[in-house]
Amino acid sequence: MISLRVKIDEASCEGHGRCYALAPALFEPDEIGNASVLGDGIVPAGEEDRARRAVANCPEHAITIDAST
Amino acid sequence: MTTDHPPVEDWAVDFDHTDERYAANPFPIWDEIRSSACPIARTERYGGAWLPTRHADVSAIAYDTDHFSSRSILMSAVRPPLEAAPMGIAPPISSDPPFHGGARRVLLPAFSPQAVGKLEASTRAYCDELIDAMRGREVVDAATDYAQNIPVRVIATMLGFPLGDDDRFREFVVEVIEGVDLPPEARMDSMGALYEYLRVQIEDHTAHPRDDLTSFLLNAEIDGEQLGFEHVGRTIALLLLAGIDTTWSAIGASLFHLASTPGDRERLVAEPELVPTAVEELLRAYAPVTMARLVTEDIDFNGCPMKAEDWVLLPFPAANRDPEFLADADEVVIDREVNRHSAFGLGIHRCAGSHLARMELRVALEAWLDAFPTFTLADAHGVRWSGGQVRGPRRLPIAIG
Ligand code: HEM
Ligand code: SF4
Repeated sequence: MISLRVKIDEASCEGHGRCYALAPALFEPDEIGNASVLGDGIVPAGEEDRARRAVANCPEHAITIDAST
Repeated sequence: MTTDHPPVEDWAVDFDHTDERYAANPFPIWDEIRSSACPIARTERYGGAWLPTRHADVSAIAYDTDHFSSRSILMSAVRPPLEAAPMGIAPPISSDPPFHGGARRVLLPAFSPQAVGKLEASTRAYCDELIDAMRGREVVDAATDYAQNIPVRVIATMLGFPLGDDDRFREFVVEVIEGVDLPPEARMDSMGALYEYLRVQIEDHTAHPRDDLTSFLLNAEIDGEQLGFEHVGRTIALLLLAGIDTTWSAIGASLFHLASTPGDRERLVAEPELVPTAVEELLRAYAPVTMARLVTEDIDFNGCPMKAEDWVLLPFPAANRDPEFLADADEVVIDREVNRHSAFGLGIHRCAGSHLARMELRVALEAWLDAFPTFTLADAHGVRWSGGQVRGPRRLPIAIG
């Protein structure tokens, strides 16, 4: 089955926090507000829209989403 | 006004961000520049400056910290001495790499989403207190009776300043913020009063450390060294100057929009869960903050012959309204789902207080909408906007119904 996977480019993330506000099941803030992906970044069923919204709202274009098999 | 600013005749070659028309309604000015042959305007005022208006140009400049220095982020006729770099007078906002990273890192934990979450309940209680004081009146000034007070109280609480000083502290801060155009002596007086107040508070915290932001800063270290009295004082002053009129402006502009757009107001009253999305859209469309940079060496930037020491304004509000960056950029779409706005800047200087500001803005709107679901603009001609680099309503007569 094909599922989606999100990734954050740490060098580009500046901690705007749009991703963990929009998709708290997928991203979390560290102690300075920068984001990391929860677990392996595989997007669980039902979270796809929130994942895409996070990608589309990151001001730094730091998040990518790809199909993973 | 101390300096003489003749009215602008041609925005493309003689712009001035302190012109009254720019304060009252900058949107058509940006649109005109953006769609002209050169989307980067020029002025000989201020010793030479540029005004990009496209999102692509604003972001490219924000990311290029080699050619565009933060040595001063407020454009004026006077440039701070070159030796001020890379620290600048108010780190981290005035700092360039590599100094910038440490000065910024030390602040961030105090403003993380987790730290900000703990302040939400007291912020809401304070908003409700301000609202209770307004009840029974027909018309209030939402800028001074409400919006202005919220960021002052929140930062004073974080810093651990006596709440009984609230009014006095607000007067000091507002005088400094509103005094940017005062003659130098009057400006020194208001700065002096604020610094004296801060000195007493910091000394008290040195003698009696507690669990608040002032003690946190006094204990904080950069590369194993404590910040020291001076650095802590200047950092607190920066937080006041960067955090208060910005947030005050954002709350006021959002209330202005809802007061003059009944459809959006009704929608948020009916669907309060939409408020966080609306907050992002209001931040985008009414972004209050424009920053400045100084060019470090002669550079041809997209056809513009920029010279070392030229100013460049970074109008994030204009970038947010670039139609090439976003469809329907000139409309406020309260439930906009794709919104990569840069109201809090881009790159290494992303607003350190953005999580705090967002919380304050959301809570202020929620409390207001709960209390006054049918508010309207009482007098459209009575609204006054601040000009310069932080734009927001300074007078906002609202009928609270
Ligand atoms: C809606 C309210 C606010 C807006 C729109 C705003 C906007 C901005 C912007 C655009 C920058 C980028 C500066 C640059 O690129 O040169 C910035 C930086 C900064 N802001 Fe805010 N701000 C707000 C509220 C706050 C608050 C509440 C605080 C703290 C109490 C704060 C503290 C700072 C600091 C410390 C920086 C410097 C960060 C650095 O240089 O690394 N701001 N802000
Ligand atoms: S929205 Fe982008 S920049 Fe902001 S925390 Fe998430 S990944 Fe980082």
